[in-house]
Amino acid sequence: MTPPSGEVRVPTRRTAELILLVFAIAIVFAAEAIVEATRDGRVNRNLIVDSIVPLAAGVVAHLVIRRVAPYADPLLLPIVVLLNGLGLVMIHRLDLGLKQQSDDGTGPNFTGAAAPTQIVWTALGIVLFLLIIWFVRDHRMLARYAYTLALAGMFFLVLPSVLPARFSEVNGARIWIRVAGFSIQPGEFAKILLTIFASAYLVSKRDVLSLAGRRFLGIDFPRGRDFGPLLVVWLICIGVLIRGHDLGTSLMFFGLFVVLLYVATERVGWVVVGLLLFAAGAYIAYQVFSNVQTRVTVWLHVFDYPGGIGYQVSQSLFGLGTGGLFGTGLGGGHPEIVPLPATDFIISSFGEEIGLFGLVALLVIYVLFIARGFAAGLAVRDTFGKLLATGLSFLVALQLFVVVAGVTRLLPETGLTTPFLSYGGSSLLANYVLLALLLRISDAARRPPSPSKHSAPEPAVTPQAIPA
Amino acid sequence: MNRQIRRVAITVGILMAALLVNLNYVQVVKSDAYRNNKNNKRVILNEYANPRGSIIVQGTPIAESVATKDELKYLRKYPDGPTYADLTGWYSLVYDKNGLEETEDGLLSGSDSRLLGTRITDLLTGRTPKGGSVSLTINKAAQEKAYAGLAGRRGAVVALDPRTGAILAAVSSPSYDPSVLSSHNLDAIQAAWKRLNADKDQPLLPRAFQATYPPGSVFKVVVAAAALKAGKKPDDVIPGPTVLPLPDGGTMHNFANESCSKNGKTTTLIAALTISCNTAFAQLGIDTGQDAVQSEANLFGMNDQDFSVPLSVSGSTMGTIENRSQLGQSSIGQFNVQMTPLQAAMISAAVENNGTLMQPYLVQQELAPNLSVLDTTQPKQQSQVLPPDLDRQLQQMMENVVSKGTGTLAQIDNERVGGKTGTADNADAKGNPLPPHAWFTGYAADPVHPIAVAVVLENAGVTGNESAGGEKAAPLARDVMKAYLADMSGR
Repeated sequence: MTPPSGEVRVPTRRTAELILLVFAIAIVFAAEAIVEATRDGRVNRNLIVDSIVPLAAGVVAHLVIRRVAPYADPLLLPIVVLLNGLGLVMIHRLDLGLKQQSDDGTGPNFTGAAAPTQIVWTALGIVLFLLIIWFVRDHRMLARYAYTLALAGMFFLVLPSVLPARFSEVNGARIWIRVAGFSIQPGEFAKILLTIFASAYLVSKRDVLSLAGRRFLGIDFPRGRDFGPLLVVWLICIGVLIRGHDLGTSLMFFGLFVVLLYVATERVGWVVVGLLLFAAGAYIAYQVFSNVQTRVTVWLHVFDYPGGIGYQVSQSLFGLGTGGLFGTGLGGGHPEIVPLPATDFIISSFGEEIGLFGLVALLVIYVLFIARGFAAGLAVRDTFGKLLATGLSFLVALQLFVVVAGVTRLLPETGLTTPFLSYGGSSLLANYVLLALLLRISDAARRPPSPSKHSAPEPAVTPQAIPA
Repeated sequence: MNRQIRRVAITVGILMAALLVNLNYVQVVKSDAYRNNKNNKRVILNEYANPRGSIIVQGTPIAESVATKDELKYLRKYPDGPTYADLTGWYSLVYDKNGLEETEDGLLSGSDSRLLGTRITDLLTGRTPKGGSVSLTINKAAQEKAYAGLAGRRGAVVALDPRTGAILAAVSSPSYDPSVLSSHNLDAIQAAWKRLNADKDQPLLPRAFQATYPPGSVFKVVVAAAALKAGKKPDDVIPGPTVLPLPDGGTMHNFANESCSKNGKTTTLIAALTISCNTAFAQLGIDTGQDAVQSEANLFGMNDQDFSVPLSVSGSTMGTIENRSQLGQSSIGQFNVQMTPLQAAMISAAVENNGTLMQPYLVQQELAPNLSVLDTTQPKQQSQVLPPDLDRQLQQMMENVVSKGTGTLAQIDNERVGGKTGTADNADAKGNPLPPHAWFTGYAADPVHPIAVAVVLENAGVTGNESAGGEKAAPLARDVMKAYLADMSGR
């Protein structure tokens, strides 16, 4: 009646992952069916395509995880497949709406469906995911390439700023590389590469940063030579991003560095310094950059400019308000009225059609993902893993917060994609990389120590439990 | 390190909670304000996304939704717009809805709870949801004749089926084309709206139901009914002097100071109505008493401020009467007495229907999108204005008006026609007298298809001349009745 002693069996939870995966696909299937029934009056071929692709992607990823990361967190993959699938459904639904608008002559010309492209990006995202989870068998090996990755990240960040505007500018922001019809936003990859670098760097300098330093006004400041490289990287990031007119990404980087510093050094002082720097930076940005002033004006007085600079945010609010508690139903609203409905404003597109209840459910799914990421950070044993998991989870959390706060007018709108949901290849690919890394760390966190290194197994049962 | 991670996680939790609170604010607290913001076209896009049901007269739509190629999928059209404008109202992007478009909106738009089953079926089968339709009681022939007869004049015509209360015609003139107000062209809508509202002839006023006029001698029918109820007989001799000194000051004359009888002092009740003797009816009203006249007026449907057919109807009223002189003035339908054209038609309808007043109604049937009948209006009795034997006497009196009195132009061959003319003095807002309104209310007591009609023509008379009602209004009433009778016997 007692389990065999000498070995602690940790459940892998892979079956749970598979069941959740099927459940996620069922939701995507139902959502697409509703869109098609509402828009066309019958279901069509897209139902299969939009459901099969996430299903196949999820199942392949699941099988590979079974093999190379068997103890990985079972919630992360199904959540990503669900979000990616729902994103596909909404992008397809917006294609229909935008085409309609174009046919009616009330919107911009419809230049081609976005959903098929997003399906290709999904497939590429899964391939990238598989490559990373297959070849990165231990996340700690990434720390060895910290400076190489930092250089690559810097290169990605700087490239659009130094390229001529015709290769790099879209909607006023110079953050793109446009080659042969493809648009890549290298900043999305830079954010992950720089998170890896910052984690590795902070781990190696952790003791120096938190112990050595000068005390000023009750706060410990690091010595310049320890802090220098990080500050240089950070300043270059900010400079490049401001030149690219991409406020959202600047904010992301800033928040990320403050959090990583705080977790690594265990000093609240960093948060204080970070917030002060942020306030100063925000004030200077407001004084210097006209587009920052515009965004703040829109934020404060959106309804004074219903047809001009406030059009996008006011229409976003109208969509959300029209959706109300229950929404208009998928396919039943008019989310295409808001400019950029599939990228920056996909949250309002969902809010209009699935209502407050649906949107809250969607946010809860994100919170689950973020919480599982933090949990992996708490459980993993090495400090690099802790920092990396925390940094990556915080990236998703902060990006989600900035996007949702922007489209609901809690904060000025900054123009970021919603992770996994929004249309856009770079964003999707980068977030699949993020998923692979989180899965890898969570696998390390739950994987039982290998028997060879375990010389003294603990007794499996206490003496009291042994029958007389 | 774990403590710091937990703190970061808690901070993230707080940020997410802030998002949820703000979403509740945007999607619940401000929901209605955002939904109805004038810069939010989503509600209108949805409203125009599905075909609205039709308003039907004798199988032909007078308001229907037709598919378009623009952003708003369906356009509201009124094939014979001006003829039926006062019934249909409009369905406008800018100026909301009016008329039956407003009162029957639940059914027409498909949001009526009785259509719930159809809506669910539509969703499952993917058919475009459609609103239900409304079939009216209107008779095309009568309505068109009334509209043609009013052309170029200001006034209204209402016709009723006395046995049921069904409204057979309701026309106001001048009219307007609701198609223009219901178009998808904002500039055209606003221009039309501006023009219609600036027009001093008030084309948007639904006169048949919502305009009130001094009824003049038409009100004598009500006073006569009260007198019959009080025991007077048609042949009773009553005072009818050329000039009547009123008990609480003032005097009453007949039009052009004519006398009502050969002796210039007395007349009979029936003769007084036939030639519309003012002094006789002023005295008769005073003798019958304010309470009796008032309660009889109430039985005919006056003083009902909450009345709809389902278009809302203005309340007709006797006004405040403070002394017997004013009662005398009121008894000939002047002073503060006000009456809608519908109310005038109800008087004749009640008399024709042996004293039984039926509740007027406009909607014959409500139909589901598949044209199955959801509801058929059952005629309802509103009141008994006179017992049938007394009513028979009032019929004789009104028929005398047409056969040999002021209303001879309303005669129709081989039909028993009764009626009462009216020529109502009125003044503008400053009190300057205007040409009198010409009134006629009457009925054709056809044994199979009876009809009651009221006609009012604003300022159609000549000041000091009482013949306007008989000369201008009576022929139009006759034409409408003839058109109806011809239409009904023709099939």
